Amino acid sequence: MSTQEHTAAAHVHRDDIGSRMGMWLFLFTELVLFGGLFFMYSVYRYLHHQDFYIAARSMNVFIGTTNTVILLTSSLTIALSIVAMQNGKKILSLILQGTTVIFGLVFLVNKYFEWMAEIHHGNFPGSPELLSQPPGHILFFGLYYVMTGLHGLHVIIGMVIIMIMMRFTMKDVITPDQTVKLEAAGLYWHLVDIIWIFLFPLFYLIT
Amino acid sequence: MASDATAVTHNSEPSYLDYKGKHKGIFAWILSTDHKRIGILYLVALMSWFLVGMTLGVLIRLKLLMPGDFLVGPQTYNAFFTLHGVIMLFIFVIPGIPAVFGNFFLPIMLGAKDVAFPRLNLLSWYLYIIGGALIIAAIFLPGGAPDTGWTFYIPYSVRTSTNMIITLSAVFILGFSSILTGLNFVTTIHRLRAPGMGWFKMPLFSWGLYATGWIQIIVTPIIGITLLLVIIERVFGVGLFDPSLGGDPILFQHLFWIYSHPAVYIMAVPAMGVISEIIPTFSQRTIFGYKFIAYSSLAIAVFGSLVWAHHMFAVGMSDTGEFVFSLLTFLVAIPSAVKVFNWTATLYKGSISLDPPMLYALAFIFLFTIGGLTGIIQGALSVDIHLTDTYFIVGHIHYVVFGTAGFGIFAALHYWLPKMIGKMYNIKKAKAAFWVIFVGFNILYFPFFILGWLGMPRRSYNYLPEYQVYHVIATVGSWIMVAGILFMLYNLLRSVFSGEKVTARNLWGGETLEWTVPTPPPLENYEEIPNVVDGPYEYKQNDIVEEV
Repeated sequence: MSTQEHTAAAHVHRDDIGSRMGMWLFLFTELVLFGGLFFMYSVYRYLHHQDFYIAARSMNVFIGTTNTVILLTSSLTIALSIVAMQNGKKILSLILQGTTVIFGLVFLVNKYFEWMAEIHHGNFPGSPELLSQPPGHILFFGLYYVMTGLHGLHVIIGMVIIMIMMRFTMKDVITPDQTVKLEAAGLYWHLVDIIWIFLFPLFYLIT
Repeated sequence: MASDATAVTHNSEPSYLDYKGKHKGIFAWILSTDHKRIGILYLVALMSWFLVGMTLGVLIRLKLLMPGDFLVGPQTYNAFFTLHGVIMLFIFVIPGIPAVFGNFFLPIMLGAKDVAFPRLNLLSWYLYIIGGALIIAAIFLPGGAPDTGWTFYIPYSVRTSTNMIITLSAVFILGFSSILTGLNFVTTIHRLRAPGMGWFKMPLFSWGLYATGWIQIIVTPIIGITLLLVIIERVFGVGLFDPSLGGDPILFQHLFWIYSHPAVYIMAVPAMGVISEIIPTFSQRTIFGYKFIAYSSLAIAVFGSLVWAHHMFAVGMSDTGEFVFSLLTFLVAIPSAVKVFNWTATLYKGSISLDPPMLYALAFIFLFTIGGLTGIIQGALSVDIHLTDTYFIVGHIHYVVFGTAGFGIFAALHYWLPKMIGKMYNIKKAKAAFWVIFVGFNILYFPFFILGWLGMPRRSYNYLPEYQVYHVIATVGSWIMVAGILFMLYNLLRSVFSGEKVTARNLWGGETLEWTVPTPPPLENYEEIPNVVDGPYEYKQNDIVEEV
């Protein structure tokens, strides 16, 4: 290869496999971050399994299930947006990305009402109602707020990332043969999804 | 390393120092995504923080000249040792070698033009700077400097009124910076090796960085979530670590050490990589047991991640747990010893030249051996009951952390700084400085083992009069060592501003790729990506030996 070609190649350095690898490594660190919390959940559930069992009954399974459906559907829409982009359908991809953001927003609105209802019932850290409960109950709600709170933060970050991707799509930074950024954003959104897939049974279904 | 592209020399391309980009002045540096400039940015920040940390260390030693009230009050003393630990560990040695020398030399050693994600690389420098700025904020904002010790143990880190939230956020952000560097290096090593450079033709420094990168990716998020939880405890009082609410403070210690023990290897493994470069170069011999050294880095990464609870033998754990963690701790000694044996075997029958980098490398082996063996002593359960929380631990961590990561950084500075800036330091002065540092180091830290054995508790503001003699010896040692370090830094700094210019590509007779590019390297390192044929460390000397 001649020197000139190499210099040119260096300026438009592109390594899709490398980019994907970096993204997967980053997602792995996110999983470990949540892993610390899942670790605590398992330890405290082991120590206070009965309290956890009873505390989970006060959760609103309907909202939880709705949110699960919403998040799973949003994972579908972001995946479809990538396929649409790869097939050169820019407008469709934009619409699907926008739909994903809206689904994320609906998820957060539901979460807000759910938290508000729990707080209304006095189930929040430091409340007299909660402090009168057995320790496992306090820990259950402590973990619930910390884990769903951190997850909600990731939903917000994911929405911001997808909105940036929408801007990239409009500016033709993301093109049918240059979709690696959108794919990475999609992977992040799937991460948000998969963490919820584990949070949902742990907090809502084991009753 | 032999390669068919090394002879290509066009001096048309300016060095990375002279290159004129679209930004001017300081922006040409702080907005540059060139891995070499980012390496220099890290170096400047890192050494400035080192001076701060060192000053705090000197102040701690000064206070300990006398038992009782002396020089500073207990609260200030607590802040001193907390900040000394936080700065030295999280800001100096953990980023240390990867951030400075890894950034600068990893792409060059692999035959690449830059790291895989240059902009992410710059971002991690900014996160590092923000983390450091927050530490400064924590010192000077009302509320007072943190006083928990660098371990942030629960419950005191929730109860103290000092600026804990800022400090914890700082360490969180520094961790993020560390993750991004590790992720970047792992991807770089996978994707950007020059054609022909198989995994086992990589220089051992890259192997060290590869293992380190994985440790950073695997364990750093754990400290992130742990510190986040302490912040949440302080703000909301959720009770996850509070026994009165059902939480378990020991769980904090587990989570903390799951990161902080492997963090020792984040410091040490790249330093071992540096030593694996220096030893063959200055004995002009192929490294003995290349694959063993490469694999032992990975083995240390794996075993090192499974031994965290040996920090908690006296805290309360089942007998089975203690037994398992003690056994695993002993196992870490095997890959560590493999390295030491291989280094010494490389020296055997080599033509050794005792230049400054080699002196630091040999001191590294000496100090690491003492540090490692004292670690084995504490890994024994019955002995640890006596030694836990004493100065023995303090002596051990200083031999391990300063003796490996610190001396590794000094060795790397003397080995690579002339290559980085194209100026040579004064060799005689560098050797003199080395001896002062080495002697001072041992006078300073060896008495810690005796103090610990006699029962002097660590972090204590006051002590019994019979301990004073050892404290005085250590404090005098600290003066000697600091004088040596300042002399070393003066010598290196003087070389930056008025050192003798060097343009030779190969300054020490090294055989890795960085010695085939011009000094200092041009902006894109290589005009043509080299095609690697031979493995590293193929010294001519060996051929002669074989002929005889």
